[in-house]
Amino acid sequence: MDLVQTFFNWDVFVRTLPMLMQGLGKTLMLGFLSILLGLIGGLALALLRLYAPLVIRLITIAYIDIFRSLPVLVWLVIVYYALPFVGITLSPFAAACTALTMISSAYAAEIYRAGIEAVPRGQFEAAQSIGLSHYRVMCDVVMPQAIRLIIPPLTSNCINVMKDTALASVVAMPDLLKQATQAQALAANPTPLIGAALLYLMVLLPLVRLVGLLERRFARGRV
Amino acid sequence: MSVNTNEAGLFSSGVVDQVPSENGDQVIISLKHVDKHFGDFQALKDINLEVVQGEVVAILGPSGSGKSTLIRCINYLEPYDGGDIYVDRIRVQPGAELIEVRKDVGMVFQSFNLFPNMTVLDNITLGPIRVRGMSRGDAQARARELLEKVGITEQMHKYPSALSGGQQQRVGIARALANEPKVLLFDEPTSALDPEMVGEVLDVIKTLTDTGVTMLLVTHEMGFARHVADRVVFMEAGQLIEEGTPEIIFNNPTEPRTRAFLEAVLAH
Repeated sequence: MDLVQTFFNWDVFVRTLPMLMQGLGKTLMLGFLSILLGLIGGLALALLRLYAPLVIRLITIAYIDIFRSLPVLVWLVIVYYALPFVGITLSPFAAACTALTMISSAYAAEIYRAGIEAVPRGQFEAAQSIGLSHYRVMCDVVMPQAIRLIIPPLTSNCINVMKDTALASVVAMPDLLKQATQAQALAANPTPLIGAALLYLMVLLPLVRLVGLLERRFARGRV
Repeated sequence: MSVNTNEAGLFSSGVVDQVPSENGDQVIISLKHVDKHFGDFQALKDINLEVVQGEVVAILGPSGSGKSTLIRCINYLEPYDGGDIYVDRIRVQPGAELIEVRKDVGMVFQSFNLFPNMTVLDNITLGPIRVRGMSRGDAQARARELLEKVGITEQMHKYPSALSGGQQQRVGIARALANEPKVLLFDEPTSALDPEMVGEVLDVIKTLTDTGVTMLLVTHEMGFARHVADRVVFMEAGQLIEEGTPEIIFNNPTEPRTRAFLEAVLAH
């Protein structure tokens, strides 16, 4: 009984791989959906925070601050276990997606805001001076420049969301981690956990590298 | 070149029903008792100014005298907090009509403010396509004419960062002209340029004085102002101190403050 047999047991790995792949599929689906919704929601929140009338702006600031302070796990547990008491029952997937999106959009909002605020005033003024509407000023001139600046931190945020999907196993969603723990119980061997960790790395390491690459590229570029 | 067609096509439109001023010219910009505060600081004090169509007005004065603020109020980049400003009889104020005002008022900025994410050509066509509703092809044809006018056709597919300051400002001028404005505002257009590039930009501005477009020019180039302006306005401490023909202002100003300023800047 050596270390390899315990942690890297090939037979166990091959036997449990289909389970892990199913989990990986769920994880990726949850991750991508939460990232997508978080990016859209974050942009909406950032624009509200910057340009909405005072009351809405204050509400938005409160939302962003609260969801940046709240641990993802706490909010996820509340959404899944507490909301049913007020008649809102969500599936594990829906609960996880809701919780992750709400929190990641708060983070994304701050990133967008930083990007928009980093675009020089003169750009807004030049765009306004040629008669563009607010919407056009943002779409044609400001956002293209802002997004260039924030692609690295935004990608970082996406990585965090993808990692946080593992928390969904707490609410019994059959994601990669949940499948791995179950496989471990079935096989009475921890190899599936190692396999799951490797799968997470396979997905996320390239993204982490990409952020570094993007940061260097945009540091050199114009704007 | 399209200078003449522009003149006929644009600058005559809407003129017929305009209120003529005493000497029969059409007032296109009118400021009445305009005040502007930045917090406690009063940047503009009771400014009254009328500019007639086709006039070239140079605004002179020491830094911080409110020259830039004044022209920035005309297209409402800077909100003013007292009085009235009219451009072509539309009151300059927030709302749907502000877009109409801005279509007719081009602006050239001290620091160019070209859009770095677009090519030179796209910088110029953005307004005509989005604001004038021109087709891309028409807008590009017009942009080419304008770039020819400012002498940089060969740079049109480059990004602004690849251009010299003088070239960037000439693109800035082409962009301001793209909407076929009735009024052009110049906010110290050569102040951010290296000395050897000032001339090329002033040359371009000078060619525009013959096209009939109304121009307000905030500048420190005294010689140029004297040469191209129909009228010179002198400002100090947010007030309009004196105005008159370049001959009068430069040779024989009545106000001691004007004289002191001119002596200081022309002394070297």
